[in-house]
Amino acid sequence: MSERTTPSVEDPFAQALAAADVPGRSLWTDASHRLLKNRAAVVSGIIMAVMVLLVVFGPMLLPWEPDFTDWDHTSSPPSLETGHWFGTDAVGRDLLVRTLEGGRISLLVGLVATLVSLAIGVTYGAVAGYYGGLTDRVMMRVVDIIYALPFMFFVILLMVVFGRHILLIFVAIGAVNWLDMARIVRGQTLSLKNMEFVEAARACGVDHNAIIRRHIIPNLLGVVMVYVTLTIPQVILVESFLSFLGLGVQEPMSSWGALVNDGAQDMESAPWTLVFPAVFLTVTLYCFNYIGDGMRDALDPKDRL
Amino acid sequence: MKQEGILRHAATRLLGLIPTLLVLITIAFFLIRVAPGGPFDSEKALPPEIRANLDAKYHLDEPLLQQYFRYLGQIISGDFGPSFQYKDWSVNELIAQGFPVSATLGGLAMLLAFVIGSLVGIAAALRQNSAADYSIMGVAMLGISIPNFVVAPLLILGVAVYAGWLPAGGWDWSWQRMVLPVVTLALPVIAYIARLMRGSMIEVLHSNFIRTARAKGLPERVVIRRHALKPAILPVISYMGPATAALITGSVVIERIYSIPGLGSYFVQGALNRDYTLVMGVVVFYGVVIIVLNFIVDLLYAWLNPRIRYDETQ
Repeated sequence: MSERTTPSVEDPFAQALAAADVPGRSLWTDASHRLLKNRAAVVSGIIMAVMVLLVVFGPMLLPWEPDFTDWDHTSSPPSLETGHWFGTDAVGRDLLVRTLEGGRISLLVGLVATLVSLAIGVTYGAVAGYYGGLTDRVMMRVVDIIYALPFMFFVILLMVVFGRHILLIFVAIGAVNWLDMARIVRGQTLSLKNMEFVEAARACGVDHNAIIRRHIIPNLLGVVMVYVTLTIPQVILVESFLSFLGLGVQEPMSSWGALVNDGAQDMESAPWTLVFPAVFLTVTLYCFNYIGDGMRDALDPKDRL
Repeated sequence: MKQEGILRHAATRLLGLIPTLLVLITIAFFLIRVAPGGPFDSEKALPPEIRANLDAKYHLDEPLLQQYFRYLGQIISGDFGPSFQYKDWSVNELIAQGFPVSATLGGLAMLLAFVIGSLVGIAAALRQNSAADYSIMGVAMLGISIPNFVVAPLLILGVAVYAGWLPAGGWDWSWQRMVLPVVTLALPVIAYIARLMRGSMIEVLHSNFIRTARAKGLPERVVIRRHALKPAILPVISYMGPATAALITGSVVIERIYSIPGLGSYFVQGALNRDYTLVMGVVVFYGVVIIVLNFIVDLLYAWLNPRIRYDETQ
């Protein structure tokens, strides 16, 4: 197609270039530079790393079991002497262990439900954008229709109808949260599919599915990563919202939302049962939002808010 | 010409609402009907004859598809049927009782969020990258991150229980009982609008027509008010659709915490008691409200935005 000749190995310029070994500045190095310069995002990242470690390993290191009832210290305030650093709840369970255990569920829901929405959204958006035409119009019309529905009410309906199993929470939240992802991915795919490398692949006889899988989706990664980071806090929020209403995870399992709900019941006599889980939940959401913002600025600089 | 274009756009959008509503009703109907357990399961086992009579009265003995079409027909005539749980009440009556409360809450919260959010956002944009800007945006991020149901108990604890300034909950249409729920409901929306407003204002302030206005020697105040405000507020207008949905969702949990007899608390009660008709009624009703408000916002946006023209089908 083009008349340009590729530089041969004998080309002195190419040789010099190879010898100098100049590190390339790819989109990713650029982006990570920008991200690392964003102080709020970096600090948030560190806090979240610590949070994840605490939540995963904390309960193993603490002397209390999450369902152990300490009859000598029911509703006792935080203190170093009793060994209950965050105090205990009304039935004498150690609040620190319960908060960390609840964090496991909250973060797990955040991760898994995001992955569910990611899988649905990316596939849907990439297919709609790639095939275009009538397929695209019908698929996007469906998204528009679902978009206009009061989605929280549907999650509540799903939970009421199918019971409050943890797997269902993952799926229910993920299944209603993929719309943004689908829209963004479709837009990106539309602009990608006419690029030369896709055309080249098509000319080589690569079939549609392989083009979507091998050439379109990897190039969507940047945008998708931004939205994954922004979706995680949303999902955690939805789960805690459900748990707060008593429609989320069930005892003995717990999540930050469920703990906040418990804490709100006896906040007048034992405010610490409300404050600690609330702080953990808020800090997590706060940090994820900052990381997401930072990623968006780094990977998609034109759309900064 | 523009007016005509908007009218035509409105007509097509209105037609487009019909499939959305149909999908809404269909999903909600079948979802709740495949649920295990019926509205009469919670009470002690009824004698089979009475059970049969009840089922016949509420048409639960008909084939599912027939029930579905019956329900569709009912809804089109604006009748949501009787509530299963609240005996002697029709769903229409429950909605008529709960909605004014929820709408008052939501409307006041929206007003508060729009005014305060915009002002704060503009203030931050005019001091871009200053300490004030950073702290305003930090607080706004906090506002987005703290869930409603965390703010509400903390406010009750601080303002009502410890300080005793305002009642902790309940509802009697007095302003004292409205303050806390409205503020709680508005907070995340204020924060979101502030961020949106700041972003768009900064963008507008960097555009050429603002530079021209400044070059003409107009005072900054006039530049902002006469030239920058209108284009900068457009993204906020288009956010009002999603904001409505967010407020309605938020009201579910807020009404529960402050024990307010609004539509949200009926919904949660209905969902927990498998009150099919009530739950369906609320979902469909709120669906319509959200869709209609989105529609209005859409038209408002088109009317305000000089760049949108509806000569061609889009």
